[in-house]
Amino acid sequence: MIGFSRVPLLAAGVFASYPGDHSILHPAGPQASNIEWLYWVIFWIVFVVYVVVVLGFMRAGARTYTSADEMLPIMKDEAGDRRASWAVGSAITITVLTLFAVLVMSEITGKKVEGETSKNPVTIQVIGHQWWWEVIYPDPQADQTVTTANEIHVPVGKRVVILTNSADVIHSFWAPSINGKRDLLPGYSSAFWLQIDQPGVYHGQCAEFCGLQHAHMGFSIVAEREDAFSQWKAQQLKPAQDPTELVTVHGRDVFLTHACVMCHTIRGTDAGSRLGPDLTHIASRQMIAAETLPNTPGALAGWIVDPQRIKPGNRMSPNPLQPDDLQALITYLQTLK
Amino acid sequence: MDPIRERPVLDVSGLPTVMFGKANTTWLANLLYMMIEGTMFALVVASYFYLRTRSSSWPPGNLPPTLGWGITSGAIFLISLVPARYAQRVAPSGDRSKIRWGLLALAGVAVIAMVVRGFELANLNCRWNENAYASTVWALLGLHTGHLITEFIETVVILCVSFTDKMEGTRLADVAINSDYWYFVVVTAILSDFVIYGTTRFL
Amino acid sequence: MAISEPVVVPQSGAADRLARTWAQPRGFWGWFQNVHHTAIGVRFMVTSFIFFLLGGVLAAMMRWQLVRPEHNAIGPDLYNQLFTVHGSTMIFLFAVPMMFQGFGVYVVPHMCGTRNIAFPRLNAFSYYIYVVGALLLWVGLFLKTGADAGWFAYVPLSGPEFTPGKRSDFWAQMITFTEVSALGVAICITTTILRYRAPGMTLNRMPILLWEKLVTSIMVIFAMPSVMVVSSMLLMDRTINTQFFNPSVGGDVLLYQHLFWFFGHPEVYIIFLPATAIVSTVVAVFARRHIFGYVPIVTSVVATGFLGFSVWVHHMFATGLPQMSASFFTAASLMIVIPTAVQFYCWMATIWHGRLQLKLPMLWIFGFFFVFLIGGLSGVMLASVPLDWQVHDTFFVVAHFHYVLIGGALFPMFGGMYFWIPKITGRMMNDRLGKIHFWLFFVGFNLTFFTMHFLGLHGMPRRVYTYTPEMRWGALNLLATIGVVFMTAGILVFIANFFQSKATGRFAGPNPWGAGSLEWAMPSPPPHYNFLELPTVNGREALWEAEPNQPIVGGVREDIPEVLVTNTLDSEPEYRDELPGPSIWPFLTAIAVSIAFIWSIFSPWGIAYGAIPVVITLIGWLWPRGHSPSPRVPEPALEARWIR
Repeated sequence: MIGFSRVPLLAAGVFASYPGDHSILHPAGPQASNIEWLYWVIFWIVFVVYVVVVLGFMRAGARTYTSADEMLPIMKDEAGDRRASWAVGSAITITVLTLFAVLVMSEITGKKVEGETSKNPVTIQVIGHQWWWEVIYPDPQADQTVTTANEIHVPVGKRVVILTNSADVIHSFWAPSINGKRDLLPGYSSAFWLQIDQPGVYHGQCAEFCGLQHAHMGFSIVAEREDAFSQWKAQQLKPAQDPTELVTVHGRDVFLTHACVMCHTIRGTDAGSRLGPDLTHIASRQMIAAETLPNTPGALAGWIVDPQRIKPGNRMSPNPLQPDDLQALITYLQTLK
Repeated sequence: MDPIRERPVLDVSGLPTVMFGKANTTWLANLLYMMIEGTMFALVVASYFYLRTRSSSWPPGNLPPTLGWGITSGAIFLISLVPARYAQRVAPSGDRSKIRWGLLALAGVAVIAMVVRGFELANLNCRWNENAYASTVWALLGLHTGHLITEFIETVVILCVSFTDKMEGTRLADVAINSDYWYFVVVTAILSDFVIYGTTRFL
Repeated sequence: MAISEPVVVPQSGAADRLARTWAQPRGFWGWFQNVHHTAIGVRFMVTSFIFFLLGGVLAAMMRWQLVRPEHNAIGPDLYNQLFTVHGSTMIFLFAVPMMFQGFGVYVVPHMCGTRNIAFPRLNAFSYYIYVVGALLLWVGLFLKTGADAGWFAYVPLSGPEFTPGKRSDFWAQMITFTEVSALGVAICITTTILRYRAPGMTLNRMPILLWEKLVTSIMVIFAMPSVMVVSSMLLMDRTINTQFFNPSVGGDVLLYQHLFWFFGHPEVYIIFLPATAIVSTVVAVFARRHIFGYVPIVTSVVATGFLGFSVWVHHMFATGLPQMSASFFTAASLMIVIPTAVQFYCWMATIWHGRLQLKLPMLWIFGFFFVFLIGGLSGVMLASVPLDWQVHDTFFVVAHFHYVLIGGALFPMFGGMYFWIPKITGRMMNDRLGKIHFWLFFVGFNLTFFTMHFLGLHGMPRRVYTYTPEMRWGALNLLATIGVVFMTAGILVFIANFFQSKATGRFAGPNPWGAGSLEWAMPSPPPHYNFLELPTVNGREALWEAEPNQPIVGGVREDIPEVLVTNTLDSEPEYRDELPGPSIWPFLTAIAVSIAFIWSIFSPWGIAYGAIPVVITLIGWLWPRGHSPSPRVPEPALEARWIR
């Protein structure tokens, strides 16, 4: 089991650095930075309080400790009690002032975090599903609206507003390096602001228990330069590339004649169901199955054939395909960049 | 305490063994029970108002409950205060005949109230499973109906006891406390009626 | 009170008469007729401890599944049931039944100086109802259709659309059972504390433990109805198609959260206040002095009771509330720290200006100081809205609430056990084994739960049955799992100590700790009549301030189970009340109520048909058994008087 030689490795592991993209202590934007500041301030305050109180109890115990075995007579210390009244009174006053300070700093930070709004943000709708994220970039014109899933792209340095909703149960949108979390509630839509200042890929995960595959409901936010973002968005708007080779045409036919069309959309084909993630540009995503698997042919094949093995209880049924059908399908899907 | 010793004694043997009014411990238990049930009513009413803030029209797509039955129900409950108070007043005297009449009258009015309640429920103009408004209205009235029925049964039980020779001592105090609980049933009835019938019309 | 010459009170035969009057029946059916508070209190404590162990097994299973990334020991369906039943068991089937019901029912009548708890049959009924509710939840788990939506079962996940079958129904009805039980006990304890106190025990002289049980009982009375309402709404949505929480027809998912947490937050104070009661009691005894700051502590207890109802929205900070609302609840959540801080400072002052004898119960109290404080301070962090937005629903919160619940309730509970078990069993527990238990548990607990703070900060959400190696959470999870081994070892040592001491421990005698409250004026274990001579009280610590010839109460009948009822403020004698003796009706009524409640999960007619046996058993319960002559009509009241 656990050999003793692993203990030093464990100790190192405790202090090892964490993926920099998924920790509240590694902020990548103003919201998370403000909160991280608040965290450290409150942390040091409570640390000092803890040390002082613990030392107080230890001193109290040490100075009056007796090791007598039988219970000693009851005593009084009226002079001591009078001094203690002053001490306790002062301690209570300091406590109240400290709590007030925490309250004020909290309020200030809260306003800063909520205040990072803009009149001209990038607007994204995120709708929670069991167990994936529907991501929509709305536009008054329907053909300018981008629909994708699980991977959100934003331009670096710009304010982004996420409009939340849920199609089923309560989920929670949380990318710790970016901002706190916001619950996705059915029947409610709220505006949730964020901004990312450093380019990179930031991991997020559902943070409100939502059923069997809550543990496998991740998303990522790709923060890229403005021009790269525009390029990505323009690409996402295009319908799916028409397959030209024999194998990819066959792959598309497999898609259209099997259970896939019951749940998935590929714009440019007849498949238009919104029950599952939009696959029009599936090949442009880094991960599949809500950040559970890398987007490689092998993983994709395994996922399509038996999603229940990877995410037991999720809504996608197994698809036992013939090997060449499967191969064709994967090849076709990989053209959907 | 040390056993056999000379000790001064506070002699309580002269104290009564039955108390009426708020000195009676069962009265206190009754009060605590009213606090519990009252909190439940308050929370269902709060839910009603909360759901109302989430709706643009109220009732949403339903007719409001038929006012006539609400008024009738309220009137019956107010009338019931008379026998309840009477029973409470005569209980300390131990006069079994008067107590029986009081309880019988109270039970009778309670029966009428239950019949009217049946008509009220049939004339709420909504089914409990239609929408959240309907569910809350039915929940409120249903909660009250539960109290009405249990209080009726309790009154009948005490009425039966009053025909036996056990109607003495603490049982007399129980008659008085039963009336206290009936007042609670009346007050919650009026308040529930106001919420159900009044808020859809006046507020 | 003017007292004239002392009078010899004849003692011969009193003990036998009282023993006969207050005897509880023996044998199998006799067990179900027992209405004495010591028996019922012990039953609550033993049963809830068993559920504590069962809940602990579930926790160990969860920690095993999380020991490494992508571990496949336990799948998501079972895992979800594990954390749901673990949380529900610990809160509903262990913490409240042990801290409030078990300890309360056992100790309160003793501390009041009376012979039994008020409404003894209601007390017994509350125990049976609790057991059925507890079994209901666990039967669901064993049938693999256990509750699996978390211990607070948010809608819509727990509702009819997303949790088909009976799972959430078992949970919702378990709530009904346990809340009815707690409410019953709250009525008994409130009445006992307000009306059964010994003469001389004015409110100003009441032990802090009684103040805390009183405040806790009132909190139960106002908080439990909320969870009963919301769990009934959930049950109705699931069984008869009501639409309370369906947003498409005007329902609201946040309504559920408001109603639940309006109960849920006071609930944790319902668990915590009895623990602070134990701390205040034990600190005074082992600092060999009156507690410092009786008035500030009592005020703090009452204030916590009130403020506990004003903070519930801090569980909902991530739902997108209006800013004003969030600010108010942050302020309230920070404010509620103050009464607890006051108590901490008073405890410290008590030790500072006392004489500390660090016996085993006091060791646990120091553990409480060091452990609970971490939880309280991480609570300050959670009260701050922006910070909560980050750490809500992560392992940081799991760390926080285990520190306040285990540090704040379990440590005082163990301290209280080492303190009061000698009274209950008559034997002292083994000191050395007790210390081993403490250190094993202290080390294991901190190893498991301190690491969870880091996991939360580094992004690990709650209620996940597994995680990927890329997240690099493996090392900390491994450490957390190792801690379980130490905690388990500690608890096993405790159990062994308990059984060994019960058989062969040193005899405790009436007052092994030189304590001041009235329960220590009786033999250990106490007889069923509690006090041979009903006491009067002269000060806040009855035994420490008793006069050499402290008066006793005479004139309470010894041939029937009679108690003295005093008035609320001054504890002046008011009347004598005959309590019911042993009875089978509480048990039969509990069976009838259980049938109705369980039937109603399967069919709405269950309530209607099930009501019939309930009415029958209630009539049996309430029907007078006039076996002792009570006055036909009350006599004019005479005063209590001193024998001249």
